[in-house]
Parts: sequence; structure tokens; C-alpha cells
Amino acid sequence: MSDKIKFLMEGKECTGKPGQSILQAADDNGVYIPRLCYHPDLKPGGSCRVCTVNVNGRNMAACTTPVADGMVILNETEELRDLRRALVEMLFIEGNHYCPFCEKSGNCELQALAYRLKIMAPRFPYMFPERKLDATHPAIFIDGNRCIQCGRCVRAAEEVDHKPILGFIGRGVAMRIKAGSSKGLAGVEIGPEDACVKVCPVGSIIVRETAYRTPIGKRTYDHQPIGSDIEARAPES
Amino acid sequence: MVKAKIATTSLAGCFGCHMSILDIDERILKLAELVEFDKSPINDIKRFSGQCDVGLIEGGCCNHENVEVLRAFRKRCNILVSVGECALMGGLPALRNGIPMTECLKEAYLDGPSVVDGSIPNDPELPLILDKVYPCHEVVKIDYFLPGCPPSADLIWESLVGLLTGREADLPYELIKYD
Repeated sequence: MSDKIKFLMEGKECTGKPGQSILQAADDNGVYIPRLCYHPDLKPGGSCRVCTVNVNGRNMAACTTPVADGMVILNETEELRDLRRALVEMLFIEGNHYCPFCEKSGNCELQALAYRLKIMAPRFPYMFPERKLDATHPAIFIDGNRCIQCGRCVRAAEEVDHKPILGFIGRGVAMRIKAGSSKGLAGVEIGPEDACVKVCPVGSIIVRETAYRTPIGKRTYDHQPIGSDIEARAPES
Repeated sequence: MVKAKIATTSLAGCFGCHMSILDIDERILKLAELVEFDKSPINDIKRFSGQCDVGLIEGGCCNHENVEVLRAFRKRCNILVSVGECALMGGLPALRNGIPMTECLKEAYLDGPSVVDGSIPNDPELPLILDKVYPCHEVVKIDYFLPGCPPSADLIWESLVGLLTGREADLPYELIKYD
């Protein structure tokens, strides 16, 4: 068997390696597939579905589908763009996302995706749910208002930090991230350097006394859309 | 040439978006060539003189008066634009949406640390407060949205000129921000 997988991405010939997901192979070829719950250091979660691409006529999550020889993949169709917009819009209306005063604004992957997808306002009515804040820890807090239940922190705690201190409680729309102690975050061993803290794509897990240090104009997504770094990897044609 | 008519209002907002409209600086002279301001806090005209082409709405709906004004704008403006995060999603005033109304009023007017001999306002002249703060597009049909807190003067300018001249607005990545 060849160690090179050939596939077509938006009509362009691309190569991948055995064992790679569609998303990883696309990254190597400089094609950015929008994603949210995926993080390069973690096993794919496959929960947000933002990375949905069309593979040989069917829609599948690019982060959990292994790339295979002869795949014909579409990424930037109007249908997929609208699907992604709808998913991101639902995340916005399902939580309480106040960008104007959020510590993560400008560095937030949810916000950056919305910018990239050119979302001007969500099409769904806002839910304004009641969410909880865990401010029991002296150095870190978890703001449930901004959580999108991507599960990155849960996976990072297990896979990278090797201490399963965070988990999900509840199901469906009531699902929440929670620290595994009756005392909340104060009852678990967690520190600002832990991967589970750093992988949060939104402003849900925040290290205290670090907010608003970067001026507007110098934040990660102020000038370049999310995914620009991946697109820069594209070979010159 | 007949000038387009434009109306603006601030509902449950802070007037920051209106400040951003003024922030177009000297382009306001060019704007004056393109439009005539109808009802707006900028010229202090209180009543619509007739049908307007464009209405700019700042702020969401937190009380009955906001809803009434917004409905009047919908009726009187051919194109209605939500300007800023409060109009789009309620913004800061919507922080009360998760708190029961009684608790909110009690904290503000009865139990607050600086309140002396407090009472909950109940004058018939005061518009009644709504159960929560509503984004404008959940009350009336909104045609366009300009996000931002406030939307930058360049975003407002580009969009407005686009609307008034009938060409698609050129909105670079950096102009669309939610903060």
C-alpha cells in the first residue's frame, strides 16, 4: 500500500498520510476547514459539526473521518457555509455571549469563526439562559454563560494533564461543564498552566488577572481571519 | 436630485452608536449632500415628517416606549438597520434578562446599598418596563445589521453609502467586529 493518499479537495489534487483525518490532511495542504471543538493536541471530539464537509456527495465531520484514496471533498459550497453559519449562530443564541466586555474578545475562536463566516446577526431568537459561574478558585474561573460545551477542556484534562478534573453533567441543551468536586473548582487541582485551561476556545475558562492586556488592534483575530495561518501553508500554484 | 431621508433613534442604548455616526468626521459633509435627516436626536426633530428611506436603530427594547418607537420606525422607514450590539442582541441592558424582574427592581429601588427611603417608580408617565430586553429583530423585521460596540464609523459610512447609492457595500474583514 502506498503511504500517500490522493484525494480531491475543491477540485484540487491533494495528498494525505494514512491515519490522518480529512481535517488534518486539509491543514497540511493549506486548506482551512472551519472547526471549533477540534484542537490539534487532542483527540477529535466530533461534537460541534462545524467542520462538516461534503465527501463523495455525503456530509461528514472532517475531524473524525479518516482521509481515504479517491475522496472527492467539497469545503466551501454555499450549502456548507450556511450550515456552518447556522451552527455558529445557534451557539451564540444558546449561551450568553456579550462580546463587548468579554475578556476573550479578539482572541475568541467562536467570535473569529462568526467573523470569518460573515455573521451579522443570528437568525434564531436569543434564549438568554440561566448559566452558572464557578468563581471558587483563587486563580481560575469558569463562566458557564460563555461555554459552548465543545469539551476541549474535558479532553485536555484527561489526555494532556492526565487528571480528569472536569466533566459534563446533564444532557442535551442542559449539558454543562463542571469541576469534579462538591466545592467546585476550588476542590480540584487546577492551575493556570494546565492544558485544560489553555484550550478553551471562548471566554469560559479564564485565568484571573490576565484580562484586557492586549490592546484592540493587536489581538489574534483583529486583522487576519481565523484559519489564515493554515491557508498560508498552501503550496504555490 | 431628491435627497434620501434618514431617521435615527436610540432605544435602550447609550448613544455610543450615535457618537460613532458622528465619528465619520468630515465625511458628514458628503453625507449631508446625500441625505436629509428626518426624526433623529442629531437634529432634535421629534416627529417624522413623512416616509423615510433609511432608519438607523440603536439599542434594544427594554420598555413599552422602545417598542412603540421601533414600530413607528418600521412603519415610516423603507429600510431599517439595527446598529450596534444592543440593537442586535440586547447588549449590556440584557444582562438583566437572567434575573427575575422583582429582584431587579428591588435591588435598584429598595435594597440597594445607596437607597434611602426607596420606592419602585410607578408614575403613569413612565413607560412600563418589559419582562426582558429584546433585540430589535425579535420585535419588528430588520433589514440589515451592523454589529459592534459601537460599529466603527467606517462600517457605518460604507454601509450607508452602499445603501444610498445602491451598490454593494465593500466591507473589509477588519470592519466587522462585535466589540
